[in-house]
Amino acid sequence: MPITAGDPAFRLRGVEQERAGRRTLCGIDLDLPRREVVAIVGPSGAGKTSLLRLLNRLDDPSKGSVLFEGKPIAELSVRALRRRVGFVFQTPVMFAGTVRANLETARSLGEADGRAPSAADGIRLAGLDESFLDRAADRMSGGERQRVSLARALMTAPEVLLLDEPTSALDPEVAEQLMTTVRHLASDAAVTIVMVTHRLAEARAASTHTVLLEAGRVIETGPTEVLFSSPNEERTRQYLLGRERLP
Amino acid sequence: MSQTGGPIDLSWIDLALASALVLIAIALSQWQRLGLARGFMIGAVRAVVQLTAVGYVLAFLFTTRRWYFVVLALLVMLLAATKTATDRQRSPFGSLFGITGVSMLIGTGLTLAYVDGIVLRLHPWYDPQYVIPLFGMIVGNAMNGAALVAERLTSEMELRRGEVEAYLALGASPARAAAEPVRRALVAALIPAVNGLMVVGLVALPGMMTGQILAGSSPNLAVRYQIMVAFMLAGAVAITVTATVLWYRRRFFTAAEQLAIRTEV
Repeated sequence: MPITAGDPAFRLRGVEQERAGRRTLCGIDLDLPRREVVAIVGPSGAGKTSLLRLLNRLDDPSKGSVLFEGKPIAELSVRALRRRVGFVFQTPVMFAGTVRANLETARSLGEADGRAPSAADGIRLAGLDESFLDRAADRMSGGERQRVSLARALMTAPEVLLLDEPTSALDPEVAEQLMTTVRHLASDAAVTIVMVTHRLAEARAASTHTVLLEAGRVIETGPTEVLFSSPNEERTRQYLLGRERLP
Repeated sequence: MSQTGGPIDLSWIDLALASALVLIAIALSQWQRLGLARGFMIGAVRAVVQLTAVGYVLAFLFTTRRWYFVVLALLVMLLAATKTATDRQRSPFGSLFGITGVSMLIGTGLTLAYVDGIVLRLHPWYDPQYVIPLFGMIVGNAMNGAALVAERLTSEMELRRGEVEAYLALGASPARAAAEPVRRALVAALIPAVNGLMVVGLVALPGMMTGQILAGSSPNLAVRYQIMVAFMLAGAVAITVTATVLWYRRRFFTAAEQLAIRTEV
């Protein structure tokens, strides 16, 4: 089946998940469009991170199917899938050594087909200059670490980047700069971005497509501007209002 | 066994005289109200009973000289050591009896076979006078190594869960993702073996050497035996801990190469 531009990057059908006896995802049917910045928003405990972790098989659903580029991800090689679908964690973990060592480690795990960027290109795509390459990775600020982990995820030349609350530990100003970088990645490097965030303003500013989750269910999904300005669901409107009243 | 030029005979009456030394310990604990007098008494009785029983078993093995009795005794020693090691391990996956037992079987079995067949060239190969005490030392050290390496891998994997998952998320194999925890667990388990080689004869006067000298061997021969024992223990521990850690590592990952320990979401 040829893949056309309109096909989603990910297609989830009837996805359910249980963790420690609690249902975290209940019957998710969802398409995540390709070459866009998709924001997954919702109250804490809605299942945002649980959903994100399914997309490069850090976890598996207890029911249902996840398709990546039209193929069930369970049928792909899990290592190849993870190289094509990168993951940036909420709390960045630096490997031992310099920033360059971090990036080269990640690159050595990818396919040696010449698509992987050089360490210098990777660090620049993540919004840091090359002088960072020779610094010790564990001696950097939170914002810099998050950029290094972004650069590291780019070293396998992924088609999709999954970002799990990448700015939650950052100052608002640093967070905003990171989001600018993320937007550029989507447009310049043609990477599909799926990011979980609890900051609605961030989702609205950075994303082109938004998914609202609540209690393990998709409440509404659509183009960000439509979802924020004229939501279809009453529940969405209430959520947006409720959140906007918060300081 | 009284041989010509062997040790002075030690009768039960002589042992009764020796027990005066434990009585001193008991009296001291009473006087200082340490609450250990009872422990000393029970311990002294247990030492007598256990060692006497072992003496009968060894005497039986030495007189019957049947390979199957010797192998059975080795297996019982291995099982007891596996149980002890397993009790000291902490794992999120329940008991590691199978992993520990088979790893110790590999490490101790290979080492004993090498010492038996290549170093000492025993005739017969199951000569209990050599095989039983050598295996006792090997299995005791392997037991400590297996307990330590599993305990350490558990804590390193828990501590470095984020790092391991970051590797997995980049498409790394589980072996690559767990390389640092495995390395640290191996170092922790092998350091006692290195230290053992370093201080032998300086801090620790090895029991086997002392025993041989008491039994009338020449000190030079006793020393050569002790050197062999030191090498043998290093090899046995290295094989056992490596087998244990590489096998145990697999438990931390699912078939789909996901971390099998809970992530805090």
